[in-house]
Amino acid sequence: MAASGSAPKRVAAKTTRQPSATHAPTALEVDELLADAGTSIVVVCGSGGVGKTTTAASLALRAAEQGRKVCVLTIDPARRLAQSLGLVELDNTPRPVVGIDTSAGGSLDAMMLDMKSTFDEVVIAHASKEKSAEILSNPFYVALSSSFAGTQEYMAMEKLGQLHAEGAWDLIIVDTPPSRSALDFLDAPERLSALLDGRFIKLLLAPAKGPARLLSTGFGVVTSALNKVLGSQVLTDMQTFIAAFDTLFGGFRERARQTFALLQDDRTAFLVIATAEPAAMREASYFVERLAADQMPLAGLVVNRVHDSRLVPISVVQAQAASGRLADGNSYEQAVGELLDVHARRLRVAERENRLRERFSAAHVEVPVVAIPALAGDVHDLEGLRLVGNSLANQG
Amino acid sequence: MKTSTQLHIVSGKGGTGKTSVAAALAMSLATAGTRVLLCEVEGRQGFSQLFETEPLPYEERLIAKSEEGGEVYALAIDPEAALLEYLQMYYRLGRVGKALDRFGIIDFATTIAPGVRDVLLTGKIYEAARRRIGGDTSPFVYDAVVIDAPPTGRITRFLGVSDDVAGLVKVGPIKNQSDSIMTMMRAEQTRVHLVTLLEEMPVQETLDGAAELERAGIHVGAFVLNLVRKPLLSEASKVLLESGELSEDVVAGVLTQEKLPESAAAGLLAEGAAHLERQALQNEQHAVLEQSGHRLVTLPMIPGGVDIAALAELAPYLKEIV
Repeated sequence: MAASGSAPKRVAAKTTRQPSATHAPTALEVDELLADAGTSIVVVCGSGGVGKTTTAASLALRAAEQGRKVCVLTIDPARRLAQSLGLVELDNTPRPVVGIDTSAGGSLDAMMLDMKSTFDEVVIAHASKEKSAEILSNPFYVALSSSFAGTQEYMAMEKLGQLHAEGAWDLIIVDTPPSRSALDFLDAPERLSALLDGRFIKLLLAPAKGPARLLSTGFGVVTSALNKVLGSQVLTDMQTFIAAFDTLFGGFRERARQTFALLQDDRTAFLVIATAEPAAMREASYFVERLAADQMPLAGLVVNRVHDSRLVPISVVQAQAASGRLADGNSYEQAVGELLDVHARRLRVAERENRLRERFSAAHVEVPVVAIPALAGDVHDLEGLRLVGNSLANQG
Repeated sequence: MKTSTQLHIVSGKGGTGKTSVAAALAMSLATAGTRVLLCEVEGRQGFSQLFETEPLPYEERLIAKSEEGGEVYALAIDPEAALLEYLQMYYRLGRVGKALDRFGIIDFATTIAPGVRDVLLTGKIYEAARRRIGGDTSPFVYDAVVIDAPPTGRITRFLGVSDDVAGLVKVGPIKNQSDSIMTMMRAEQTRVHLVTLLEEMPVQETLDGAAELERAGIHVGAFVLNLVRKPLLSEASKVLLESGELSEDVVAGVLTQEKLPESAAAGLLAEGAAHLERQALQNEQHAVLEQSGHRLVTLPMIPGGVDIAALAELAPYLKEIV
């Protein structure tokens, strides 16, 4: 039945598994992924607050110190983390990170995304000088480039495309924006191009482009309604903006398509990050399904900040009973009782986390997983990033 | 005279638990005989998950009764439905709405036309917060309105107090509407509460967000410190642990006496040290927040995550906000 060489191994592994065993996930081999010359882009995604930026930076540092020429594109790093990477200003250009071990021949550049200047650059590169001046000063453009909910996602992908095309790095690691939903950044290019390509826009453009007979009577009702609600100035601004932008539409659509294709490419690997909490794991599940539906190559799931209590072979019940007995003892006994309380709390957290992880793996048997132990403190220097890197590679 | 009811806007960095805090706040505001409206604006259906109900429609629905007997209604504000409702209500443009939809204009207005989406969402809040039972002097329909708002990074823009919309829409009804909304957002009875964890990044974002809101003339209410872990080690034990007096041998001795494996001693000490380190970080961030002079409300970590029972448990802590 098995056609490829690696298949029998897997089957064998399956048969040795105990029937009662829970769905033990495949381990995610981060070092293999980073060392593979065939991996040229790693996209780090997940819902807000799960540690995407730190994970992206740790992976980048690890890959660089193992000899790859790496660029890490971050979106919104914590101040001290940004400083540790030497990111003091948001200038939209990758800068070398100082203090890394280059003995393996690698290098690390880092940059922070400036959404507005990325958008401006695209406009300037694709429109005539006059046109781009007109676009850049239009109020609709100003608002679109600085506040449209999908612009950051779209520009992150745009920047990725640019960095990739530059060819100066053999591995680019991208952090994704802190969106409402992790899916936003996959949808943004599509949404933006669908809107710019929409029927309404075509109609708005019509007066600027051709004879008025193109307008249906229905549209007349619509524009007059819009004028009534928004005021005529808005409609005029909108028309000017869209007319000026029209020349760029084709370019935008084409670039969105190329970026999408780049993401689907075998050389790209997606890493989904979650914490072992219900909302984050649910989001991770959606994301894994969505990546599969869009034929995007998923490398695995990173479960961040998990609590592990295997080192202390004492159960919650045992710990609580002993702690109760020790509460009235001498100061040493009281202290040990309190340590047992700390352990019991940690154990309960760990049990909850394990249940969530098992549920995920039962639903997504094929997704390799790696868990990163919770650190007591924040990560804000290269040493901290190295430690996270070790955990990612299961070397912690 | 007040022109709108008490309005509580709950924001904070992503992942800090805004939705749970907003829900718990609504429960705590719903004292006997009162009615509170809980709104979400990001289409996430966070409340229906939290209260274990069917997905919420664009309609105010009774979702829970508080322990004190107040009523909590929930509403998921959808910008498209709000736009159609708005057109119908103010312009009797119900039928045009369909044409707008056919031309993709609803989609355009609610997704790409900058600021319009936010005006539609806040416009609905404006309507609900001003709604009265009867005439101009009658009581408000809701004694309080609580919003699960967008995160700190987008809150000022969302409230319409930045110049974005003003710059785009210079005249006309939307402009008037956004001016009235801005006035309500800056009113004395409106407060923005910021939810944070006692970690470096959310705390920084909270301080930055509060400063930005205040610059825009908005009243910042409380900083809600969420998921705060209570210390499990007493001061005396902390000293024993940190001085090394509570050595591995001492711990092993006590464990043996309790018929527990002495091999656990090193692990227990390590877990204790990690606990102290986290606690110290929490204290450090707490001190930073205290210095800001804002009111701090602390919510304990609820083991097992937040569900309906947990909301009732958290609600009393939020009484101080009012």
